[in-house]
Amino acid sequence: MIQAVAFYLFAAIVVLSAAMVITARNPVHSVLWLILAFFNAAGLMVLVGAEFIAMLLVIVYVGAVAVLFLFVVMMLDIDFAELRAGFVKYLPIGVVLAVGLAAEILIGVGAWSAGGIELSTRIAPIDAAVPNIEAIGRLLYTRYLLVFEGAGLVLLVAMIGAIVLTHRERTGVIKQNIARQVARRSKDAIRKVNQPVGQGVEL
Amino acid sequence: MTSFFQSLGLSFEGAWAVSTIAGILLIAFPVMLAVAMIIYADRKIWAAMALRRGPNVVGPFGLLQSFADGLKVFLQETIIPTGANKGLFLLAPIITFTVALIVWAVVPFDVGVVLADINVGLLYVLAASSLGVYGVILAGWASNSKYPFYSAIRAAAQMVSYEVAIGFVLVSIVLWAGSFNLTTIVEAQKNVWGLSFLPINGFGFNPLLFPMAVVFFISALAETARAPFDLTEAESELVAGYQTEYSSMAFALYWLGEYANVILMCMLNAVLFWGGYLPPFDWAPLYMVPGIIWLFAKAFFFFFLFSWVKATVPRYRYDQLMRLGWKVFLPLSLTFVFLVSGFLMLTRYGVPA
Repeated sequence: MIQAVAFYLFAAIVVLSAAMVITARNPVHSVLWLILAFFNAAGLMVLVGAEFIAMLLVIVYVGAVAVLFLFVVMMLDIDFAELRAGFVKYLPIGVVLAVGLAAEILIGVGAWSAGGIELSTRIAPIDAAVPNIEAIGRLLYTRYLLVFEGAGLVLLVAMIGAIVLTHRERTGVIKQNIARQVARRSKDAIRKVNQPVGQGVEL
Repeated sequence: MTSFFQSLGLSFEGAWAVSTIAGILLIAFPVMLAVAMIIYADRKIWAAMALRRGPNVVGPFGLLQSFADGLKVFLQETIIPTGANKGLFLLAPIITFTVALIVWAVVPFDVGVVLADINVGLLYVLAASSLGVYGVILAGWASNSKYPFYSAIRAAAQMVSYEVAIGFVLVSIVLWAGSFNLTTIVEAQKNVWGLSFLPINGFGFNPLLFPMAVVFFISALAETARAPFDLTEAESELVAGYQTEYSSMAFALYWLGEYANVILMCMLNAVLFWGGYLPPFDWAPLYMVPGIIWLFAKAFFFFFLFSWVKATVPRYRYDQLMRLGWKVFLPLSLTFVFLVSGFLMLTRYGVPA
């Protein structure tokens, strides 16, 4: 009973907040609805028994990605009139996308009711008592090791690319060298001078 | 507890619901009380280090000071600025407060004394603490005021940065314990040196994990925005930080949430590195003392350290804070993840070197 209630609660909130993402007038509100949608999607993941994926969804998407979204959106100065001006111009592309997505859903539902393809039998079924972190770990580090490391490399390249694209060497900026500051002693900075009266100080 | 309620004649589902609610109340009320007392303790320790007397008027030794402050705040008027985004402005403190409480669900107080004994306990802690940033950002943005917004941006960048280091520290703990479940992690800390004449408990005594304990402690200071990392509420720069526009109960919720987070971080220090509810030595007579007392003693010790740091260390500059997080702690914790996993591969899993 409680599972059904929880499922319908999470599912309804996901759908509603997803709708609010595109209908909300304030972009910050949109991002917040998106976060609510992520959060409830994580709830759905818990219900299907994928608690690891659920936690990852919250940590990565809600905790990091959405924070950055929110960051950027809050600092943007968005002109709503200009945003809505392009509506008619982009309508055809939007319609094409919408039709495409609807078709995909139809095909997906059709394929699902035709019965599953026999992919899952290639992997030995995992004992239900094994926590799914362990199950995922076992697959990732054995069977899919090459794919996993490939994904890691792609991410590394993306990271380096982002740094290379945005990095600029600034000239004329005095930079701090923390190690040098810490290593500095008073005798490097202070000089005792027995200054004779009536003469200027030599620096 | 579920079986107890079932014996009273409830169905399993009913008994589960009742016992969960009872468990939540049994944790949340003492946490609130502990927050009140810990604020008092904080002020007393701080005062003692500044050679002052601290709160000493309300009640014996000033023990009721926090309750008096709470009552005062409760009776004040709630002010909502005209330009504020009303819904979000009121939602933000609620988020902070709720998030500060939900993490307590997975903290083990003794063997089996935990509200939710889930196998992703540590990930849950990480997930919930990453939510805490929303209360701050929303407060800053919804206030529609310049300084709270600056503060919110600082807070967001600070929390996201130090979460990275905390994440790697937790990874090394998980590698050593072999589990994300907090009770299992505590149990794995029995007799870390494997010596029968000195059976010491706690990952912190492991030379490979001790540096991680230090990194975790400092990151915990930054994550809860305590001094010396309290740049979100640097009053010389930002009035009072993100909660400048708040008054009355909304302000009190921030206050409570902040200190609940501090206590939680002290608890996590104790649970992850110093043996949680285990006594310091794996010696039978020490188990006569209930585990919860050991846990509270350890957590209070770390709280004392938090207060000590607050009383003695000057505030960091913002770029120094970022440097510490990204250029010192991140490489350091990453190196130790590498060392810990290498050591375990060599010794525990028998991979030839």
